[in-house]
Amino acid sequence: MTKAALSYRHTHRFGIAASAVLLMLAAILVPLPAQAYTPRAHTLQINARAFAFEPGSLSVRRGDTVTLVLEATDTVHGLYVDGYDVNLVAEPGKSATATFVADKEGKFKFRCSVACGALHPFMIGELNVEPNLPFVRALLLTLVGGIGALAFFWK
Amino acid sequence: MNSPRFELTRIPLFKRVVTSRWVPWLFMALTLPIFLLAILTGLFGTPAGSRNFGIIFVWIVWWALVILVMVPFAGRLWCAICPIPAPGEWLQRRALIQPRAGGKLFTLGWKWSPRLNNIWLQNISFLAVALFSAVILTTPFVSALVLLAFAALALGVSLLFERRVFCRYLCPVGGFIGLYAQLAPVEVRVKDAALCRTHTDKTCYRGSDDGYGCPWMVFPAALDKNTYCGLCSECLKTCPLDNMGVFLRVPGKDLQTTKGRRLDEAYKAFIMLTCALAYSIVLLGPWAALKETAYAVGAPAWFVYAIIFLAANLAIVPGIFLACAWLTRKISLHKFSLRRTFTEYAYVLAPLGLAAWAAFSLSFVLINFSYAWQVLSDPFGWGWDLFGTANWTWTPYFAGLQSFLQIPILLAGLIAAIGMALRTAHTQGVPSRAALPIVAFCAAFTMVLLWLYV
Repeated sequence: MTKAALSYRHTHRFGIAASAVLLMLAAILVPLPAQAYTPRAHTLQINARAFAFEPGSLSVRRGDTVTLVLEATDTVHGLYVDGYDVNLVAEPGKSATATFVADKEGKFKFRCSVACGALHPFMIGELNVEPNLPFVRALLLTLVGGIGALAFFWK
Repeated sequence: MNSPRFELTRIPLFKRVVTSRWVPWLFMALTLPIFLLAILTGLFGTPAGSRNFGIIFVWIVWWALVILVMVPFAGRLWCAICPIPAPGEWLQRRALIQPRAGGKLFTLGWKWSPRLNNIWLQNISFLAVALFSAVILTTPFVSALVLLAFAALALGVSLLFERRVFCRYLCPVGGFIGLYAQLAPVEVRVKDAALCRTHTDKTCYRGSDDGYGCPWMVFPAALDKNTYCGLCSECLKTCPLDNMGVFLRVPGKDLQTTKGRRLDEAYKAFIMLTCALAYSIVLLGPWAALKETAYAVGAPAWFVYAIIFLAANLAIVPGIFLACAWLTRKISLHKFSLRRTFTEYAYVLAPLGLAAWAAFSLSFVLINFSYAWQVLSDPFGWGWDLFGTANWTWTPYFAGLQSFLQIPILLAGLIAAIGMALRTAHTQGVPSRAALPIVAFCAAFTMVLLWLYV
C-alpha cells in the first residue's frame, strides 16, 4: 500500500471513529419522544417466601406513585429496590409498606435485604418503570457502536 | 506480526520483583491460609452463605478480583499466586523457596497422555461445577467440599505427574482464565528469538540451578500466546541469556492471528458465553422457579434443567454459531472447511464472553460485597467480632448504577468481537462481508444481555 493510500485510510478511519463517537453521544443525550401520560397511584402487594417474590415482576409508568406492601409468608424477608433506595422488612403476619414516586425510568432489581437462607443473594425481582428509555438508549448505542466498528474494521 | 510492546522488566525494581523467588512464595503463603480458612469455615461454620467467610470470600471477593481485575488486566496472574497447586508444587520441589540443584523435581514422573493434551477435561470440569453452581455458590459445606476436592486432586496429580498437570489440564478455573488471558495487555515473551536458537541447553524448559523448567510444560522460547503461560516467571530466572521479559502490549494481541486455533479452546469460548447467559437468566432473573429448580439437585425438574443447561452449552449455542459459520463459509465461497471456519471464528467470542462475565459479575459483586466486612470479623458465623465489623449492615454498592457500568462493558466486548471477526476474515483472505453472520450472532447475544440487565 502506498504512503498516500495509507494516509487516506487512516484519515478515513479517523472520520469513521469520530462519527461513531458523536452518534453514540447522541444516542445517550438526545431526548427521546415521550407520550403524554397522567400519573396514577398503584398499591402493589408482594408476597415474599424463601427464595421468591410473588409477583417477580412489577410494571408502572414514570411519575406513578407506588405503594409497595410486603408480606412475608415463612420467615423474615426484606425488599430493597435498586436505584430507589427503598428498603422494607416484613415479619410473617406483619406487613411492611413504603410509598415512593417512580421518577426514574428503567428496570430496577428488587432483592431480599435480610439474609434468609441459601439462595438469599439471588432472591430477586424486577420493577419496570416504563417507558424503559435506558434500554432503548442502550440498544441505540449498541447499534451505532456495532455499525461504527464494522465500518472501522471493514476492508 | 510486530505490534508495539514495552518491556516492563527493563524497570530495575519490576525486574527484581518478578525474578525474586520470595515474591511468589509470599503471595502463596498469603493466599494459602485464606484458602484453608475458606474450607474450614465452609465445613464448620454457619450454613448461611451470606454469613460464611468461605462463600463470601471465594465467590464474591476472589471472583471479583479474578474476573474484573486480574484476568482483563494481567491475564493469568492469579495462577501465579493460586494456593491450590502450592502444596503439591512444594512437595514436587521438596523446597519452599530456593530451587533444587538443576531444578530437579520429585514425582513418579508419569507422562500426561498426548491424547489429553488439550482442555477438554477442563471444559468438562468447568461444566460440572457450573451445573451445580446454584448449590456450590450458596451452600458453604458443598462449596468447601468442592475446594477440598480441587486441592486433593492438585496434590495427588502433582505426586504422580511432573510439573503443573492439574493447572494445565484439569483446573476448571484455569481453562477460562487461559482463554481470556489472551486479551490481557501483559505477556511473558522472549526478547530476541534469534538468541534463543543459539542456546542449546534450553534451561527455560529443562530447569537449571537457578530455577525450574516451565511448570506449565510450555517451551517459553516459542511462546506466542498467553493461554498456557502461568506468569510464574521461572523462565526469567532460568534464562542465562536474560532473554525473557515481561511486556506491556496491545490488549488481545494473541487473537490477532488465527494460527493454532483448536476446537477444544473454541468450545471453552462457547461454554463460557453460554454460562454467562444462563447465570444471568437463572440466578439474576426474576424467575424464582428457575432458581429453585437449579438448586433442587436430584429432583425430577432438576434433571430437565440439567439437560437443558448442558444442551445449551454443548449443542444449542454452538449450533446457532455453526449456522452462522455455515453462512460465513458460503459467503467465503467455501474456501475452508466448516470445522475450520467454526473453530477460527469461535475465538471472536473471547472478548464478548469476558465482557458478559464482567457485566454479570458486577450485578452481584457490588450488591453483595458489603457482606465481606461482616465475615471478616466473624468468618464462621459463630458470633465473633474480631475487627468490630461483624454487625455492619448490608449495604448495596452502586445499586442504581449497575446498568450504566454494564452497558459500556458489553459494548466494548461487542466492538472488540466485531474487530476480531473482521480480522479473522482478512487473515483467511476472504472479504469482510464473510464475517457478517458472526457479527450478527455477537450483536444478538449482546442485545439479549442488555434486555436482561437494562
